[in-house]
Amino acid sequence: MTLRRSVIQLYKELQYMGREYPGGAAKFNTKCKQAFLNNSQEVDPVKIEMLIERGRFVQKEIEALYGLRKYRAMKHRYYDTEEMDLQTKGLKSSLKIYSGYFRNNEILCNSNDLKFE
Amino acid sequence: KQWYQRRVRGKRVIDYAVKIRVRPDQLGVVTDGVKHSMNPFDENAVEEAVRMKQKKIVKEIIVASCGPSQAQETIRTALAMGADRGIHVELAKGEEALQPLAIAKIFAALVEKEKPDLVILGKQAIDDDSNQTTQLLAGLLNWPQGTMASVVEHSEGKLTITREIDGGLEDISVKLPAVISADLRLNEPRYATLPNIMRQRRRRSRR
Repeated sequence: MTLRRSVIQLYKELQYMGREYPGGAAKFNTKCKQAFLNNSQEVDPVKIEMLIERGRFVQKEIEALYGLRKYRAMKHRYYDTEEMDLQTKGLKSSLKIYSGYFRNNEILCNSNDLKFE
Repeated sequence: KQWYQRRVRGKRVIDYAVKIRVRPDQLGVVTDGVKHSMNPFDENAVEEAVRMKQKKIVKEIIVASCGPSQAQETIRTALAMGADRGIHVELAKGEEALQPLAIAKIFAALVEKEKPDLVILGKQAIDDDSNQTTQLLAGLLNWPQGTMASVVEHSEGKLTITREIDGGLEDISVKLPAVISADLRLNEPRYATLPNIMRQRRRRSRR
């Protein structure tokens, strides 16, 4: 597949995945389009490959996001989560204190959520 | 190694993330124009079937869905996840609110025809939450059942199932052919990506 076609394929797949985006499909799709437009002037094939890789990474992240969101929603609806909610609340508040010390606090918070759910 | 045929059931329900609204005439819930997708527990069921196929325990996966013509989309999603064949039992407009017993009878008839060795359903549908179809189907077929399964292991014509029950976990062993219902923690369902869905769009499932 040529680079051009890979990019178009990636774009189509991301647009398709944007349907279920929590903030709204339109918001995601416009952001996605903007991101692609910003890089549309690239000619260096190595750089383009890297951007495609980044796009694929984003795609995997969104898949994980959807899966996690669905799991959490089902878990809250069908299982008794009172205990776990208290646990996560306690930990989240203590994490906020430490988050100032770490640059990548986003990653910390996410990994904490994954641990306790 | 023995290879089996298995049937999975996918129900088309209103998407879990949609805000449900009651109809103005108070006769039900707004369904027109509302996003529908496969029942999350049925996704767990399909995913389990696909994983078993990858482990070569299962030879063929058949997905069946009872519903209006849009249920074809649900079947296609399951095919995109890795199922082999789809069967769509089409219901006319007025018949959509089929109760679990009717669904179980339809499925029993399908089982007589297709003769699978294992039937996996989702634990319950998120729209009616009845959690009855699996048990009714097992009763009609006189097959052993493993409901609320969170771990399923296979060895020599028997399945060892860990069930999630109110008191905790229960391990049971069932002989094939059997009926299983998938619970949330059975697996993490894969996302049906666009290329796979496009590939399935060219296939038509049997009515």
